[in-house]
Amino acid sequence: MGELFTLPVLLGIIYSGIRLATPYLFAAVGETFAQRSGVLNLGVDGIMLMGAYSGFYVGMKTGNIWLGLLAAAVVGILMGLLMSVISITFQAEQGISGIGLQLFGLGLSSLLFKTTLGGVESINGFKPVRIPLLADIPYVGEVLFNHNLLVYAAFLLVPLSAWFLNKTTFGLKIRAVGQNPQAADTLGVNVTRVRYFCVCLGGMLAGIAGASLSIALINLFQENMTNGMGFIAVALVYFGGWRPYGVLAGALLFSFVNALQLWIQVLGINIPSDFAIMMPYVLTILALAFATKRAQQPAALTKPFERGEN
Amino acid sequence: MKSTLSRVLALVMLVVILVAGCAPAAATPTPEAATAFKVAIVMPSSITDMAFSQSMFEGLKKVQAEMGGESAMEIAYSENLFKVPDAAAAIRDYADKGYNLVIAHGSQYGTSLEQVAPDFPNTAFAWGTSMDTFQASGINNVFAYQAEAQQGGYVLGTIAALMSKTGIIGETGPVDAGDAKLYIEGFQKGAEAAKPGTTVSVTYTGSFSDVSLMATAAETHIAAGADMLTGSSQSVVGAIGVAKDKGVYWFGTQWDQTSLAPEAVVASQVYDWTGILKDMIASVQKGVMGGKAYTLTFKNGGLVIAYNSAITVPAEVKTAADAAIAGINDGTIVP
Repeated sequence: MGELFTLPVLLGIIYSGIRLATPYLFAAVGETFAQRSGVLNLGVDGIMLMGAYSGFYVGMKTGNIWLGLLAAAVVGILMGLLMSVISITFQAEQGISGIGLQLFGLGLSSLLFKTTLGGVESINGFKPVRIPLLADIPYVGEVLFNHNLLVYAAFLLVPLSAWFLNKTTFGLKIRAVGQNPQAADTLGVNVTRVRYFCVCLGGMLAGIAGASLSIALINLFQENMTNGMGFIAVALVYFGGWRPYGVLAGALLFSFVNALQLWIQVLGINIPSDFAIMMPYVLTILALAFATKRAQQPAALTKPFERGEN
Repeated sequence: MKSTLSRVLALVMLVVILVAGCAPAAATPTPEAATAFKVAIVMPSSITDMAFSQSMFEGLKKVQAEMGGESAMEIAYSENLFKVPDAAAAIRDYADKGYNLVIAHGSQYGTSLEQVAPDFPNTAFAWGTSMDTFQASGINNVFAYQAEAQQGGYVLGTIAALMSKTGIIGETGPVDAGDAKLYIEGFQKGAEAAKPGTTVSVTYTGSFSDVSLMATAAETHIAAGADMLTGSSQSVVGAIGVAKDKGVYWFGTQWDQTSLAPEAVVASQVYDWTGILKDMIASVQKGVMGGKAYTLTFKNGGLVIAYNSAITVPAEVKTAADAAIAGINDGTIVP
């Protein structure tokens, strides 16, 4: 039927890929902070669901999607706080408590959805904002610079986070706490406080990631609407070598290939749909296997910190 | 000492979290009158999915109202049991509790049902979508049911092809199998028959619940020129939102999806399971516990095309749709 390598198709892939990458960017950059400080939070998906629900519910009831976004951020912080208490203060096994948090978010968001909304409804979410001049660039302008605010925010978050982690004193503290908490502690860094901050920041961004689905990209809430995106986000952190730009590369690769496989199906190119659906996952695994390991995993990842040990 | 205490505390919190997480999955009313007919249903998605599970649950509620309310018929349900082992446990549990009819509402539940049913000869089971009652393997207490989704697909495809200005139609399905496959292929056939030369593109996302990818699939179809969209599974709510935002038309299936986007949904194929449910209940009350395979068709009233009154479908298009239904009913059209 159609040709794959034509301008409209390539532009379509870029446009859809950027939109698909948005929730992954928020969630995975947030998780990068948590992991750089030494905490593996596997509950991202549950936090995203809670963020998606609260953003939608508050946005719908108040008629103000900005309040919805705020609610998603606050709920995300609270979920991060819960994870912090369990995994940092009580030093529970991080992998297990993260799964617990994910189930908690899934169950609670479904329960709240059923008791307060009852059925699927749609909302008028964030509208596309056309950036003058930039959007007038021939061809690419329209696909790059005509998105809703949360899409821009997700992409701006990447350089901002890289700068914060690598160039600021607080970023140095985060990296120190994740690499060698004992040493950081002797230098007067409050390990517990830094980890609380990072996990709560990660929670906030995961909450916003959920809201980006429910009030900006899809504009409705349905039970389990993240469909495991939070786990992909955790994988993207490993993929990206614990660096925000690496996370960006992974999120874009995954999303562009996902957009590409949909185009392959739409154009009727003779590949079985099952194979097309596999493509993003297979390519991500291949890239992960062959990518050079430039950045190392934070040495203290998943290890609780107790003062006076060692 | 401190660390033991904190581990215990963490464990307690984890248990609380797990319990809270699992609680909403099941809702079991306590049995009241001994005479009530007790029906339990296990579903892969939620009772508010605007699709497969909701159509069955609303059907049960309608039958319950007709039979005289909760004193005459009790309904217990477990939703969102997409994973087969969880569903199998729920099916066994309901049979064990003495429910008269246990409905396994998902084609993936078949193997489990084949194992559970022989252990409870006094319980009737139902399995959909399938046409296999397991009588060949000596099991006599399983009913089977299936919606002839391709019939409504054919009719909606006819309407879509005649209303399309670009001559391009996009279909977004979950997996290339079962109910979705029947519907999508029927739709394609109807569209191509109504207006030869119509381009029908089909995408599958590989998931019943990936709302985000389904929305992107709809975007992709629209970018490729489609002005009429349809799709199947509970994840299409995302695609309907895209259709609304981009000003193209949507055709629903399994449940009336008009309320999601009154400005975009032209018509829906609605599954009305009440006839089948009433027949099953009557059979069980007479002591026939299974062995029958049911289908939903236009002819038996199980399939209904629900038009959205807010969108005008041209009279000649409606006539063509009615002619398609008549053709399907008398056998001249085989979708």
